[in-house]
Amino acid sequence: MISRMARPKFYHFLGCIIPHRYPSIERAARLVFEDLGVELLDMVGATCCPAPGVFGSFDRVTWASIAARNLTIAEAGGHPITTGCNGCFASLWDANHELHVDEELRKRVNENLAEIGREFKGTIEVTHYVDVLVNTVGLDEVRRHVVRPLEGVRMALHPGCHWMRPRALKKKDNSERPRIFRELCETSGAEYVPYKDELICCGAGGAVRTADLKVSLDFTKQKFESIEEAGGADIIVTPCPFCELQLDLGQVEIQKNFGVEFTYDVLHVMELLALAFGHEPGEFGLKTHLQYLQRKSEPRWERLGVKA
Amino acid sequence: MTSPETESAVIIDEPDTSFVEMIKRTGGPNVQNCFQCGTCSGSCPAGARTNYLVRLIIRKALLGLKEEVISAPELWYCTTCYTCQDRCPQEVNPTDVIKAIRNIAVAEGYMLDNHRKTAAKVVDAGHAVPLDKDTWRKLRESVGLEPVPPNASGNPWAIEEIRKITRKSGFDSLIGYEEMRRAAEEKARQKAKKG
Ligand code: SF4
Ligand code: SF4
Repeated sequence: MISRMARPKFYHFLGCIIPHRYPSIERAARLVFEDLGVELLDMVGATCCPAPGVFGSFDRVTWASIAARNLTIAEAGGHPITTGCNGCFASLWDANHELHVDEELRKRVNENLAEIGREFKGTIEVTHYVDVLVNTVGLDEVRRHVVRPLEGVRMALHPGCHWMRPRALKKKDNSERPRIFRELCETSGAEYVPYKDELICCGAGGAVRTADLKVSLDFTKQKFESIEEAGGADIIVTPCPFCELQLDLGQVEIQKNFGVEFTYDVLHVMELLALAFGHEPGEFGLKTHLQYLQRKSEPRWERLGVKA
Repeated sequence: MTSPETESAVIIDEPDTSFVEMIKRTGGPNVQNCFQCGTCSGSCPAGARTNYLVRLIIRKALLGLKEEVISAPELWYCTTCYTCQDRCPQEVNPTDVIKAIRNIAVAEGYMLDNHRKTAAKVVDAGHAVPLDKDTWRKLRESVGLEPVPPNASGNPWAIEEIRKITRKSGFDSLIGYEEMRRAAEEKARQKAKKG
């Protein structure tokens, strides 16, 4: 007899970059969660998380107030939040945490929220897609849905920073030797390619991309060079749309600023899984990544082992 | 973006502790734990390519050199990657300290124009990266999604709520929101006149 579990439900926090610049990630996430029987609930009227390194650097109380407003939308419905962005995850998770431990901050935030008839109560949990896939669904169940293993595809990873750091607070993975994101990506059947600078930041965070694009791209360039030193890869996979933007569109910008050409296909982990689950790239619009639109190019289908 | 070379030595008779107290209140409560081992700067990808030195900034802060620290443009090269925070043996939480110092810098008027503009976008549209062109709505449709997502982009009441928060918290005046808005309106008027 099959025991039936209640369908897990999560409030789906979109943020800015996924719905407004990389909608293929949103579509892929909807396909993958649908396949896995995870229900995503709309967060009507949610705003920017707001960007932790940007707003958190400007004014901590305003940052926490806008983040808390987003949290109250999920609190009202009583389900946890999930998001596919390391930055949104950091903002919402950190704010949720800080508002639990810092009473003074909570008081000031709730004074701001009182203006709009809301109150932070601290009753829900904030997760990343990776957490849902690994902890709620489980890797065995994910593996069971892989009908098109990406065998022979050489995959470099960019786990990014804010899902697992700061390590002492997030308590998710060993940030010096992480394995969870790798294990998740390996369910796709692609082959993991290690490279020296895998754990270095993409360079976009902390308001640096806005402050000085060239410096931020210099981080990104170092990562590509490190992948080349390791013998290259067919794809780069990340759990974050801001990292994806920096690595994907960043290749066009690096070419403009440094005269070096890289042509890596950069996939969000949900796009990787959508392919492995048998969805065609056209079902979620893989070729709408900004790199392709700007270069008038397409994904390197032969390297991906799938057809357009 | 670099600081000018320091022309002469800064004489410190007695460290001024008021800056440290400010940092402690603004999100960096452990700043005084720092024993200057340099693990943070040795781990820092920003320091590897710019003149941003997190250890030096913390030392200067501990000595009360507030103006020198908050006015330095390189303060904005930290990507908040938290590598230093994960490695600091003294639980200084250097990333949090840098964010606290940035908060103080902004409160005292040191903010880059580009950062002001990004901040204003959230007040204007509810999103730092807004759905501000038809291209983006069409892009969504082309991947099989509704043109406008269920976030603030299609819900003006949500943006109104953000405005109420930023007015109340003083963020509007901190970033000079009204001045920016008036300048943008004036520019649009001029353009309309010419056009
Ligand atoms: S790693 Fe920690 S203790 Fe060492 S210099 Fe940096 S902040 Fe100070
Ligand atoms: S968080 Fe900032 S200071 Fe710390 S290692 Fe990363 S870039 Fe450097």
